[in-house]
Amino acid sequence: MTIPNDVKITPELVASHGLKPDEYQRILDLIGREPSFTELGIFSAMWNEHCSYKSSKKWLRTLPTSGAVVIQGPGENAGVVDIGDGDCVVFKMESHNHPSYIEPYQGAATGVGGILRDVFTMGARPVAAMNALRFGEPGHPKTRHLVAGVVAGVGGYGNSFGVPTVGGEVNFDARYNGNCLVNAFAAGLAKTDGIFYSKAEGVGLPVVYLGAKTGRDGVGGATMASAEFDDKIEEKRPTVQVGDPFTEKCLLEACLELMASGAVIAIQDMGAAGLTCSAVEMGAKGDLGIEIDLDKVPVREERMSAYEMMLSESQERMLMVLRPEKEAEAAAIFRKWGLDFAIVGRTTDDLRFRILHQGEQVADLPIKDLGDKAPEYDRPWTEPVVRPALAADDIPQADVADALLKLLGSADLSSRRWVYEQYDTLIQGNSLQRPGGDAGVVRVDGHPAKALAFSSDVTPRYCEADPYEGGKQAVAECWRNLTATGALPLAATDNLNFGNPERPEIMGQFVAAIKGIGEACRALDFPIVSGNVSLYNETNGRGILPTPTIGGVGLLADWNRMARIGFAAGDEAILLVGAPKNWGSHLGQSVYLRDLFGRADGPPPPVDLAHERKVGDFVRGLIRDGVATAVHDLSDGGLAVALAEMAMASGIGATVNQLNGLSPVPLFFGEDQGRYLVTIARDRVESFHAGRIGDSGIFAPWIGTTGGTALKLGEARAVPVSELRRAHEGWFPAFMAGEPAPELAPAA
Amino acid sequence: MKSAVVLLPGLNRDRDMIAALTKISGHAPATVWETDTAIPDVDLIVIPGGFSYGDYLRCGAIAARMPVMRAVAEKAAAGAMVIGVCNGFQILVEAGLLPGALMRNSSLRFVCREVKLSVANANTAFTRSYRAGQVLRCPVAHHDGNYFADAETLGRIEGNGQVVFRYAEGTNPNGSVNDIAGIMNEKGNVLGMMPHPENLIEAAHGGTDGRGLFESALGLEAA
Repeated sequence: MTIPNDVKITPELVASHGLKPDEYQRILDLIGREPSFTELGIFSAMWNEHCSYKSSKKWLRTLPTSGAVVIQGPGENAGVVDIGDGDCVVFKMESHNHPSYIEPYQGAATGVGGILRDVFTMGARPVAAMNALRFGEPGHPKTRHLVAGVVAGVGGYGNSFGVPTVGGEVNFDARYNGNCLVNAFAAGLAKTDGIFYSKAEGVGLPVVYLGAKTGRDGVGGATMASAEFDDKIEEKRPTVQVGDPFTEKCLLEACLELMASGAVIAIQDMGAAGLTCSAVEMGAKGDLGIEIDLDKVPVREERMSAYEMMLSESQERMLMVLRPEKEAEAAAIFRKWGLDFAIVGRTTDDLRFRILHQGEQVADLPIKDLGDKAPEYDRPWTEPVVRPALAADDIPQADVADALLKLLGSADLSSRRWVYEQYDTLIQGNSLQRPGGDAGVVRVDGHPAKALAFSSDVTPRYCEADPYEGGKQAVAECWRNLTATGALPLAATDNLNFGNPERPEIMGQFVAAIKGIGEACRALDFPIVSGNVSLYNETNGRGILPTPTIGGVGLLADWNRMARIGFAAGDEAILLVGAPKNWGSHLGQSVYLRDLFGRADGPPPPVDLAHERKVGDFVRGLIRDGVATAVHDLSDGGLAVALAEMAMASGIGATVNQLNGLSPVPLFFGEDQGRYLVTIARDRVESFHAGRIGDSGIFAPWIGTTGGTALKLGEARAVPVSELRRAHEGWFPAFMAGEPAPELAPAA
Repeated sequence: MKSAVVLLPGLNRDRDMIAALTKISGHAPATVWETDTAIPDVDLIVIPGGFSYGDYLRCGAIAARMPVMRAVAEKAAAGAMVIGVCNGFQILVEAGLLPGALMRNSSLRFVCREVKLSVANANTAFTRSYRAGQVLRCPVAHHDGNYFADAETLGRIEGNGQVVFRYAEGTNPNGSVNDIAGIMNEKGNVLGMMPHPENLIEAAHGGTDGRGLFESALGLEAA
């Protein structure tokens, strides 16, 4: 198949490229003539939502992106944050939602591959990965197929590449029935004086193509990801790329070797919109033109057209501007790793993006305008309607022990062991905390004491009920999870997944969530240094839950002073640090109401950011000074679930008091924010309350004591830890085997 | 004793293995590349884990045919000790240096978790730091670790004491016959095992049960 370059440009052809009539008119105005077919493809690749951020840019600019430790904020392949001693951490999170729904294994695998490439393009060796996955309701006919394929794809790529997966999220909700979410995070370590950027410099220098050959896979992928789904979704399978982690691993090693040789001036990976986007990015940033001769591009299929080569999203490819005198050395490195190395073009001083193919010029466009003049929209939006508070007498009651067991064995709160055991969590030998705790923790290779903590968080049901508070909560929970290990949160990446922004109520969710995220990031000194927006997560007019995933990175100065969630020993005091006077009571949008009573009522718990920061700093101090013996933050399922998780992680039980005169349900299942469970030696409690707490204004009641092999919550029956574990571990394997969840033991 | 680590494209636990050998012996091992036809004068050669050449063919099949493997076979024939871990084990089997085969895990899924290993033969150059029957903690991380051999071969390796490690206490993660986790050749100088002792050698790993293997092979006193 060869598509000639002189295809007639009809309104239908323009529409099928995802360009609106006024956007096409803008193209005509910019270039003063009708575009060629290849040029139309280039515009559609640069101006789709995925690449241009045309609906979101106005609001993204409001986020805080700088800070004392930020070396590089948004706008490059990944964010860069200083961790001292000449080292920095390079990280980003990116979605691969649309392809993963169409073809789960390859969609997820190439999502992982893409984010790893973003990180090592900047000169960093990847040291940790996470994945935030969201699927439809468990009973939906596609859900199991998607879970199996996505998890195998994430593992298949990451395991072979050789990066430990140290954390992530898996959730289920009917609102993801038609659009699953695959948000992949990667972080790498680099030297602060060894960061590489995409900005080309110097006229007449060689533009080099590296890595795998170009095929027809993924043509039009970014445009596909910028539209909603309908019933003809199966036809979109050819837009999904195919991953090759072996080539990526070789590409990593070759790139790091090449960077060390001093040959690299600028480097950009080929991700969404492939050769088009990477070449335009390098040229436009450096105020240079780029000329590419497609006859020099290594291909693995015959008779590819210029259009296909420019829009292919074949994986494991890089574009680089090279120092000419190092050309032979560079080529030798790539030959050693069995990779393609071809000089495909040169930089020019005329600011044109010129493409040659079989002796013909198939495109000649103004390079700066392709990015800078992309449409930008201030889309109409409506203020989200916030839900009224629950009436105090509108709280359904349940036995606390039964409710706890049901929640631990529910789709959202059960153990994710079935998932994370398919990921290599310990390769590289630096994993200090693997999935299952509050955050993943990885040693900084080559440093005696430092470690990095990683967490990925968002509570979509909160965002649906109140996008502003939900946005705040996503940031606060991420910050809290990092803090619970003892790490100082440094910075975050955001992966904003929403429905169709052309609908004012969806745009309203987006705007409110960004406001909440921005406010929380400012209050917690937790800037956003990279990110990705995924819109049009919608099928037949029904959007997903608003899901702004926050991936955070924190620094532990000394991992010998690090907290874990498991109770450390029996007979220790359990403190509820940051509690309100009634310990907790907020049941609006709780999993207790949703999963036990099918109710999505009330507002989500509000986040008091000043309180959050004060309590977090206090808890971090307790860990640093060796006072805290175990720490866990409170989130879904409140106090009861957090206590159960600490017990299950250690095998040690606990006996917890109940406040007289208060109903146990809000106390044990309320999801009030800004709270941590901290254990300390019993003989330290008195001095703790007299000394450390002092006049900090933090309430940290002694609520119970560890010990025994059962968890006893107030007046409820004691539940053996083994029974908690049985409920917790049972759901996922049974679901994936297509069996009913195991019966819970009858109440004693 | 001197050691060398074999490097092949797609192996990815090479850095873990080099770190373990360096920390335990105090010396960095030499490295040899896929195209090397000679191996430096060392007493121990280690083939680490990973996905050599993507393992897009049978695991280890492509690696086993690379020039460096001919050099490894020559060294082994001359008496050098060889350890293959995970993909390294698969490569040694594909190269004919160890009997049997490694099939896809019975779950058909990749598995990464900690298992228990019992030392089935403590009277080997690789396990003399351990006691016979001692139960060790050790992580596994593989997709194709299901050891199989025909009845005759199995009878022979069991009879010769060539089974060095077995999964213990019901922790067989992959369906391996006779719970076999690691075997050696008849001469006793080539060991292959699926679990990763190199990922359990220091406090930061949460345990040091893997050290004994390297201490034995490197001729060091047990810590």
